[in-house]
Amino acid sequence: MTPTTTVFRPAPAARVLETAAAWLLGLLWILPLAYAVWTAFHPSAFSTRFELGAPLTLQNFANAWSAAPFARYFLNTTMLVTMVIVAQMVLGTLAAYALARFEFPGRDLVFVLILLQLMVMPDVLIVENYRTMNALGLRDTILAIGLPYFASAFGIFLLRQTFKTVPKELVDAARVEGASALQVLMKVYVPLAKPVYLAYALVSVSYHWNNFLWPLIITNSVETRPLTVGLQVFSSTDQGVDWSIITAATLMTSAPLLLGFLLFQRQFVQSFMRAGIR
Amino acid sequence: MRLPDRVTAWLLLLPALVLLVTFTHGPALATVWDSFRSTAKKGRPAHFNGIDNYRAMVEDEVFWRALWNNLIYAVGTIPLSIALAIAMALWVNSRLSGRGFLRLAYFTPTVLPMIAVANIWLFFYTPQYGLLEQITQGLGLPSHNWLGDKSTVLGALIVVAIWKEAGFFMIFYLAALQQIPPSLAEAAALEGASRWQYFRRILFPLLMPTTLFVFINALINSVRMVDHLFVMTRGGPDNASTLLLYYIYQVGFSFWDTGYAAALTVVVLAVLAIVAFAQLGFLDRRTHYQ
Repeated sequence: MTPTTTVFRPAPAARVLETAAAWLLGLLWILPLAYAVWTAFHPSAFSTRFELGAPLTLQNFANAWSAAPFARYFLNTTMLVTMVIVAQMVLGTLAAYALARFEFPGRDLVFVLILLQLMVMPDVLIVENYRTMNALGLRDTILAIGLPYFASAFGIFLLRQTFKTVPKELVDAARVEGASALQVLMKVYVPLAKPVYLAYALVSVSYHWNNFLWPLIITNSVETRPLTVGLQVFSSTDQGVDWSIITAATLMTSAPLLLGFLLFQRQFVQSFMRAGIR
Repeated sequence: MRLPDRVTAWLLLLPALVLLVTFTHGPALATVWDSFRSTAKKGRPAHFNGIDNYRAMVEDEVFWRALWNNLIYAVGTIPLSIALAIAMALWVNSRLSGRGFLRLAYFTPTVLPMIAVANIWLFFYTPQYGLLEQITQGLGLPSHNWLGDKSTVLGALIVVAIWKEAGFFMIFYLAALQQIPPSLAEAAALEGASRWQYFRRILFPLLMPTTLFVFINALINSVRMVDHLFVMTRGGPDNASTLLLYYIYQVGFSFWDTGYAAALTVVVLAVLAIVAFAQLGFLDRRTHYQ
């Protein structure tokens, strides 16, 4: 990322002022997280006393871990996210390929119908989707949490835009060599769209790792609950309001995404950008 | 043997379409249908009851409260988070010292689960012990229960929403800023434009498509983003912080009044449909430029 505003350098005084404002905002934005880290790593006596010499401890994490089946919740979330990503990739790739590569009657209408899901997302259709899952006998399963999100308009749209940029000559060459429609997809389109797949995966993982309302409704047991719902159950069933333990649990549930973000910051930001500008 | 193109295409689309129809289009239509029916009770299956659900809605004070709150929530969240997002993007994109840290700080809330950070914010706002209280007490200000007071609870939630969203929107502005050729700034400088004029007359108009895109996303989020209510307020006190989707959840899954919940959902769908038509027109225009 190269800065573009090299011409309009502010006057030195304005520059100092602006830097200060930017930093103040940055500190404000990081403050809740910093506060949580402080509370989680110190004994509860220090949760609102900020002293440099305060002893560090991991006890809060140990307590939280043993107070609720977080290991199971981690497993559930991991299975959920993996399942959703794989399904979204496969279904999205097939649908996007049909829309980008083939001419057929009704194509534009289908595309508009798919795009409708960008607005009318499953998140607001909770009442009806609950009824459907009940009828399918899928209530309280991990499959039921993911199923409404398997076909993603966002993913189909993103991949279609990418597939449209694949040069026609490449496709024709492959066809001449006798490749089938599916082979063309796997050999030509998919490899060229790799960065978009990565971008989409990162966006989707963070969405489904963090999703809460639908899983809350459709799950009812330790075996199916994802981390977000598990955390909510844990922190609402009166822990004697021990904030140190609750913040420890909070950090724990956010940790994998947060660590992933810190390690792959550049990819994360660029992925969200890539997913956004198309 | 090769299948005709149209057959291949429909086969490729089939799995996605089946799921979309089952979990998006079907339920959306079923919601409208169910909104004209009563809720099934023991020994009394659901039956057609005309506009009874809607009549109940018009007389339901909590519904109007939720609708009004949601409007305030949107108006309070959207302009401020967009303005902050533009400022953040300009700063991260400029030559400020420490912009690596700034980008990290601004964006971090985006990757954290709302339900998790809501716990942190709850502690932040807690009377007596909370960080905010410690600060205001240090300044000698009177104690205040931010989430327990009807006049401040929605504002407190709006702050959380802005904090969560602004960094996400910043990304889109960053992407747009990097597409703007530096020669524009040089030309503007040659013409003697001030920095503000350059932003006001050139940058801001060029960012307009991004602003539209972000605005629509923000609108959708103001309907969808209710997770923090579950931890921080549960819609209270006295429904002062109830939002539409949260109320739908309550009606549908605490009171189990699915007919009425369907009618409420229709209101949300109507709002989203209006946004959708605006969006389709906008997407169309954008593709013409490409």
